[in-house]
Amino acid sequence: MAGAAVLGRLTWRVSTVTSVRGETATARTIALNVPGWPGHRAGQHVDVRLTAADGYSAQRSYSIASAPDGDQLELTVQLLADGEVSPYLAQVVAAGDPLELRGPIGGWFAWDPAPVPVLLVAGGSGVVPLMAMIRARAATGTGSPFRLVYSVRGPDDAFYAAELAERQRGDDGLHVAYVYTRTTPPGWPVPPGRIGAGALTAPEWSPDRNPAVFVCGPTGFVETVANLLVNAGHDPRTIKTERFGPSGGQS
Amino acid sequence: MSTHLDGNVLGGELGELFTVDITAATGQCASCGMVSAIAQTHVYTDAPGVVARCPGCGAVMLRLVRGPGRAWLDLRGITCLQLALPDEP
Amino acid sequence: MGIVSRGFTGRRRSDENLPPGQYLVTDFPVLSAGPTPRVDLARWEFRVTTETGQERTWDWAAFRALPSEQITVDLHCVTKWSKLRTPWRGVPVDTLLAQMQTTAGFALARSYGGYTTNLPVQDLLGGQAWIAFEYDGKALVAEHGGPARLLVPHLYLWKSAKWVTGIDLLTEDQPGFWESLGYHNYGDPWQEQRYWGD
Repeated sequence: MAGAAVLGRLTWRVSTVTSVRGETATARTIALNVPGWPGHRAGQHVDVRLTAADGYSAQRSYSIASAPDGDQLELTVQLLADGEVSPYLAQVVAAGDPLELRGPIGGWFAWDPAPVPVLLVAGGSGVVPLMAMIRARAATGTGSPFRLVYSVRGPDDAFYAAELAERQRGDDGLHVAYVYTRTTPPGWPVPPGRIGAGALTAPEWSPDRNPAVFVCGPTGFVETVANLLVNAGHDPRTIKTERFGPSGGQS
Repeated sequence: MSTHLDGNVLGGELGELFTVDITAATGQCASCGMVSAIAQTHVYTDAPGVVARCPGCGAVMLRLVRGPGRAWLDLRGITCLQLALPDEP
Repeated sequence: MGIVSRGFTGRRRSDENLPPGQYLVTDFPVLSAGPTPRVDLARWEFRVTTETGQERTWDWAAFRALPSEQITVDLHCVTKWSKLRTPWRGVPVDTLLAQMQTTAGFALARSYGGYTTNLPVQDLLGGQAWIAFEYDGKALVAEHGGPARLLVPHLYLWKSAKWVTGIDLLTEDQPGFWESLGYHNYGDPWQEQRYWGD
């Protein structure tokens, strides 16, 4: 029963980077081969540990971006200028390098296929675990309607833009709406601004349809969105949140 | 920073101590009685240890310190944890 | 030790004048076990209590009227960063304890927000500790412990309680927030006393 997984004790294991590809100017996806990977649920994360030659180590959590796929795993890492781990992952690590990780982690912020509409709200790099859910939905042929509301600074900051556009074209059940907070694409009908109640309103995902809601991003974003959703009538018990931050989360 | 994350980040550390996922467990705050999933607690990780606080009243629910070869875990701020387990086959 | 990550060095640099296991930083990391207390100066108070129940309380005006001194000290955090030659201004704890009648051997520092830390009374005396209210020539900001924090630089920085609001003098040692959860009861960085049993 997925929600009640009895895990073995989590321990560190060594994966190998198989490829890297850019997502934006400051973010890239790292593909990993993890021998003996036990599988994961969309929404879960891994902890990555880096160790220098003198034994100094640093670790951070990164959401899994990919749907379950045997021993293959993908992470998407945003470079943070004053980060300690993200510069290494976003700029240095290369195909063939080992990467130590522990996981899968997280029994709460995870999606299992079910005939329930799902509303996903992403702030910046918070889109990563939600993309895993979108990919898992497609891989399992789950028909339930998914709506992603994706808040980014500008079009150049969006991860997976081409893939999301292509998935939407092929699937009436997937809707993606962008909220641009600093710069908008040419011809965009509204000026840039923070996410508001309007962006979260859509008939197929209204509170009376009882959608499952997942919100992920920086702490301030998550709390703003959760409040907007509750004010709009969503039952707080249907809203699951995951906060990223410069500490402990991704840097 | 003294902004907080949430209990999802505890999954890795607690996953090395327990074989059941604790973040999905629900706990009752010993201070105010509010029941939350551990994943919903407000977690401070920029400290000599990890501190998880009640999302309602801010009281400390869980504290964890990792030392070389040892970990210390204080759950006094939780009156009890409810863990989901798979049914026996 | 984990497998070595090719090309990873991390932020730190080593410096031979540091206590064992420490690395040097040039920024000033902010650590906290909870939300930053926002303390209104109009309601701020610092209270010393003794083992016999004697009490003395200063409000902000009375506290700031006390003679203070400028000091430059090194900070060593148990999370392994050290920051050298940091400039503070504070009131020596000697001044605050001077008029108390006590034979207590132990002290517990208490902070707004509930944090506590314990140390021997003698480590607060003899010019080893201050209640600091300025950092680098400016009023101490909230995230670094303002309006005022305890500063005890010869011990690991968790003993330098931020947002300090009082010191209790006790006849029995009372482990504080981190001391009751595995951190060393005394915490001398030069003997690397990080955890119980070190």
